[in-house]
Amino acid sequence: MAITVRIPTPLRTLTGGQDEVQIEGADVGALIENLEKAHPGIKDRLVDEKGVRRFVNIYANDEDIRFLDNLKTALKDGDSVSIVPAIAGGRA
Amino acid sequence: MESVADLVGNTPLVRLRAIERDCPGAELYLKLEYTNPGGSVKDRPALRMIQDAIRDGRLTHDKTLIDATSGNTGVAYSLFGAALGHRVALVMPENVSEARKNITRAFGTELIFSSPMEGSDGAINLVRKLVAEHPERYFYSDQYSNPSNPLAHYDGTGREILAQVGDRITHFATGVGTTGTIMGTSRRLKEHLRPIECVALEPAEALHGLEGLKHMGSSIVPAIYDPTTLDRVVPVGTDEGWDMADRLAAEEGLHVGHSTGGNVAGALRIAKEAGKGACVVTIACDRGDRYFAPMRWEQHYEW
Repeated sequence: MAITVRIPTPLRTLTGGQDEVQIEGADVGALIENLEKAHPGIKDRLVDEKGVRRFVNIYANDEDIRFLDNLKTALKDGDSVSIVPAIAGGRA
Repeated sequence: MESVADLVGNTPLVRLRAIERDCPGAELYLKLEYTNPGGSVKDRPALRMIQDAIRDGRLTHDKTLIDATSGNTGVAYSLFGAALGHRVALVMPENVSEARKNITRAFGTELIFSSPMEGSDGAINLVRKLVAEHPERYFYSDQYSNPSNPLAHYDGTGREILAQVGDRITHFATGVGTTGTIMGTSRRLKEHLRPIECVALEPAEALHGLEGLKHMGSSIVPAIYDPTTLDRVVPVGTDEGWDMADRLAAEEGLHVGHSTGGNVAGALRIAKEAGKGACVVTIACDRGDRYFAPMRWEQHYEW
């Protein structure tokens, strides 16, 4: 049940610099729990008590999970999940 | 006016009467940089970088101006490039808003995309590579290192604030991205005879939603950034910035972008701390409508 998770630059300090990690999870919520076990501290960066944080986009196979089943979006072996900041940064 | 370039600067300063109720006895002012012709604070540095480069021969008609930008600087380069007859190419992360891409394309600008996973630093690295491969083709404006960027604020923003608010100003605070606004404005304000506290507002977290601002600890630090000019750095959370942007629309009739929400949230915190007699000035970087597309309507990003 390995899912490839793509990690954005600002979170790579938590993954030891890796831009991709392999994590198990039957849905996105379970995947995030397992991600937290492997890389403590990452969960709070992604979700709060209301769900995925407003400025974080999580894609399951290139589709925003907000338009799928959110944290209950089902995953299967070989799927890819991408964590993408909703913004790019670099002005002001 | 002879040219759209003459419309840059001399932006209004508006008092935030509704937000001020949270800091009794203190005054809060917002400088509406979105009244610049390109709709953002970035018109000032972009125009100045272009003018200075034309003046000393770095930018000629056989070169293309290129830079890394997530948007507002790109809009400004595109606008003044079109007005002054210079070609512009922009390198931006693929996840910038569709609206931003369309606005810059409308001026005839060439867009080159970097990885959405790597944010503005990915764009900086890509532009450096392109310029190294074809130095004869490009004028690399490099807003993160170009002294003309803070100079635009030293000669413009800082001077205007002193003229508008007078000797009452006690604090200036604004968010850091290229850091051109905070550096140039603060340098001018520090020359004032009475001390004015200058505060950089920085996203509290590495992964944040204050578009345009940089978390210095996890980013390429701009060469123009000199923290010794500043009094302190105050962290601002994404949620408080977004909530303040909503409040500014609902209570002040000012529909601003998220970085402006962050600026006012930070300025309000400073005003509360400083208490009675404080007069805090901050910057409205751009309007909120520039962000409608990614947050509300776009469902799908092309990779």
